[in-house]
Amino acid sequence: MFTWDKNWEVVIGLEVHTQLQTKSKIFSGSSIAYGAEPNTQASAVDIALPGVLPVMNLEAARLAVKFGLAIDAHINKRNVFARKNYFYPDLPKGYQISQMELPIVGLGALEIKTESGTKTIGITRAHLEEDAGKSLHENFHGQTGIDLNRAGTPLLEIVSEPDMRSPAEAVAYLRKLHSLVRYIEICDGNMQEGSFRCDANVSVRPVGQKEYGTRTELKNINSFRFVERAIEYEVERQIDMLEEGGEIVQETRLYDADKHETRSMRSKEEAHDYRYFPDPDLPPMVLEDSFIEEVRITLPELPDAKKARFETELGLNEADAQVLTADREIADYFESTADATSADTKTVANWMTGELFANLNKAELEISDSPISSAQLAKLLDRIADKTLSGNTGKKVFAALWDQEGEVDDIIDAKGLKQITDTGAIEAIVDDVIASCPDQVAQFKEGNEKVIGFLTGQVMQRSKGKANPQMANQMLREKLS
Amino acid sequence: MSIKTLTQLAGDLKNGRVSSEELTRDYLTKIDLSDHNAFISVNADSAITQAKEADKKRAKGADSPLLGLPIAQKDIFCIEGTRTTCGSKILSDFEAPYTASVVENMRSHGLVTLGKTNMDEFAMGSSNETSYFGGVKNPWGSSDENLVPGGSSGGSAAAVSAQLAPAATGTDTGGSIRQPAAFCNLTGLKPSYGRCSRYGMIAFASSLDQAGPMTHTAEDAALLLNTMAGFDQKDSTSLDVPAEDFTIMLEDSLSGLKIGLPKEYVSEGLDPEVAALVESAIKEYEKLGAQLVDVSLPNSALALPSYYVIAPAEASSNLSRFDGVRYGYRAEEYENLEELYLNSRTEGFGEEVKRRIMIGAYALSSGYYDAYYSKAQKLRRLISNDFDAAFKYCDVIMGPTTPSPAFAAGSRTDDPVSMYLNDIYTIPVNLAGLPAASIPAGFTQSGLPVGLHMITPYLREAKLLNIAHQYQLVTDWHMQSPSSLGGTT
Repeated sequence: MFTWDKNWEVVIGLEVHTQLQTKSKIFSGSSIAYGAEPNTQASAVDIALPGVLPVMNLEAARLAVKFGLAIDAHINKRNVFARKNYFYPDLPKGYQISQMELPIVGLGALEIKTESGTKTIGITRAHLEEDAGKSLHENFHGQTGIDLNRAGTPLLEIVSEPDMRSPAEAVAYLRKLHSLVRYIEICDGNMQEGSFRCDANVSVRPVGQKEYGTRTELKNINSFRFVERAIEYEVERQIDMLEEGGEIVQETRLYDADKHETRSMRSKEEAHDYRYFPDPDLPPMVLEDSFIEEVRITLPELPDAKKARFETELGLNEADAQVLTADREIADYFESTADATSADTKTVANWMTGELFANLNKAELEISDSPISSAQLAKLLDRIADKTLSGNTGKKVFAALWDQEGEVDDIIDAKGLKQITDTGAIEAIVDDVIASCPDQVAQFKEGNEKVIGFLTGQVMQRSKGKANPQMANQMLREKLS
Repeated sequence: MSIKTLTQLAGDLKNGRVSSEELTRDYLTKIDLSDHNAFISVNADSAITQAKEADKKRAKGADSPLLGLPIAQKDIFCIEGTRTTCGSKILSDFEAPYTASVVENMRSHGLVTLGKTNMDEFAMGSSNETSYFGGVKNPWGSSDENLVPGGSSGGSAAAVSAQLAPAATGTDTGGSIRQPAAFCNLTGLKPSYGRCSRYGMIAFASSLDQAGPMTHTAEDAALLLNTMAGFDQKDSTSLDVPAEDFTIMLEDSLSGLKIGLPKEYVSEGLDPEVAALVESAIKEYEKLGAQLVDVSLPNSALALPSYYVIAPAEASSNLSRFDGVRYGYRAEEYENLEELYLNSRTEGFGEEVKRRIMIGAYALSSGYYDAYYSKAQKLRRLISNDFDAAFKYCDVIMGPTTPSPAFAAGSRTDDPVSMYLNDIYTIPVNLAGLPAASIPAGFTQSGLPVGLHMITPYLREAKLLNIAHQYQLVTDWHMQSPSSLGGTT
């Protein structure tokens, strides 16, 4: 675990760009689907032809409001788009339409779990903006290609307060946020495709000092692991620098995951003057109460509420409830399995966190890609509950389901795994075992309890695993007492 | 050569006295023979195709009022497949792949586009002298004196005045329809902000730009506005109001009309001849039954400084897209990205455009935003409030359109501020988003036309055109044509 000189306090704030799951772009009708041929999803508006104008896609506002409601934030019913002016080839208009003074979502909060309990992280604001295009530097022989498919994709930039005090807290916050935006279905959370991107503002100060230290902004950190490592590197760099009597320069730094270091991109002096001003092409957005209420209805049960319900109503322990609510698909899988089976919820939880997750992890699959459906798992647990299968034969059926060998009952038949629960049949085997193991029988009668395990094992072996072990055990005891 | 109005020509078409094709060919010939430099591009083939289509439609019984009438479009409107330059080198080879909504609207009413008219570069100018394609001759000038037609819609004004087209479109950000209309003896209307879609109209200052008609008469303006205006989903600032027939009030009596005369309009820079002509025009209105009311627009002196912060600020951002990367002019020589931008824009933009980009970028820059842009927006609010207050006492505000009549080419190009003062009466209207018109009000001793400026409350275009039309029924200034065309004055 990462540690640092505890005379220093670490202060971290995160800016997270989430790509909103709309069908079309924020200010044009073009599709935002990922991976299309370059510039095939770029309309006149997206490439900023002379004379074109932006028109707000209300769906983006709906998703932003959904997020605001989910973090119990203030919704600015009147919010304003502003132009952020700078030149770059992948920014066709020469300005990005964003929100500055009046963002759609105001102050809110998110609760995270830390080693020392729960902690509330403030969210300063969340504002709507458009994404830029992409510069392509490969295969152009000294030139740069521009792909404007991404230009105009709606983003919600979520800005936290500088409330995090360790790299681990920063990652906990980021994971919580990641889970939330997927829960409420505003963002697919795909970090590889850039749908969920994070910049970190990091500073350190001597413990007890009120003023914040000079901060640096870390860009280009595209996984949870890199966020943690980049911040760790930066904390060490800043502490070393200050302890050696140096000064931190306010600057933007780029994290290089291969070299595990951050390096300066541009200093404050070199920072752009973005010349923000309200976009005259877009009147202030005014949200009616009815609009906000319509969005509120679409909010699903949120992770924290779901976790509490799993504990109190479904009787799960906290650890299971935590794991099973971290992701909406996992929670949905759990609930539909539990609903469909006669097995108790604890059994469902054990099979999911045990057998299912182990297999998913091994195969590097998400639960949505699981080869075993929740209905199949429910059926399997039914067959264990009704004693058709034992725990062990259940695992065999699970493995067969995983390999797509068919449905539960077909597999049980095909493999002949049906448990023997017929008293007569078990009695015959038990008698046979007693007759052929006189030494063990004698030991048991002398008071050696452990031997009953061996004898039950013999019954199971002779029944090829199909005898009900509880019945065999009980019958042995009756006959030997 | 006597003037043929849009209305008269519409009658000729309807009665079969002339076909759209004949009319279109006739204007194309006139354009071809003219030396006013009023057009940047002429689309003869396309115009004739459109005219033939209109004739076919008419033969099949179609009868929209302006079906088959050829007009000129300011070269600020994108029209698919035609060159759209906005008077700039940076777009000198730009062919628009789509058509502006206003032009689409006009086409759906059967209007034919003759060509694209000359204009100040990116509509920044009051004399048409900032055009990359050269200045435009005001038909009211003489062989001794080359007069400017005004700007930025100078090409449109000269084209209609020289009868190279019966009507044209213009755009007005600070007076760019009304000032050239005044200089060229035309009726020019700037509608309320939001009446006409800005989609496809190359932006100068988004919160001020508005398209409108430039015609001989108010009646023509009403008919043309009918084909231009309308809500457009592609423009978020377009007004979602029910369609209106702007001709509906034309014949209403002006009896009891209250005309507000702002005391601030009698200012130092006002040419006495212009003042006298405006005064007699207002007397004419009294004869029509109007009453005069003294009003005050106390903040009008702040309009110019406010405008020259807001308009350049918006322009500095609007013109960022002209970067040489995707379309338009790109410098031939550059070593890196920075030079690509720098050289393309330095070579592609003219002096006035660069001046305004710099003013605008400065006004928006960190540390100056509050002192300039924020303050200008506050002034804008005050100016708008002035109008609201004045309109409690009157139906229309009248005064001169410009402080002086058309001036000689080259006489003000070295002094931007004296050039900017041209728009001192027109600019407050754009800041307030109101409709306003300039109509011919007579001639100076030396035979130069003078415009009467009239402003009404928001969305009262129909009333404004009624007020203009009633004056034109009792005067004939608007039917005078320049001596260069064999006119009487």
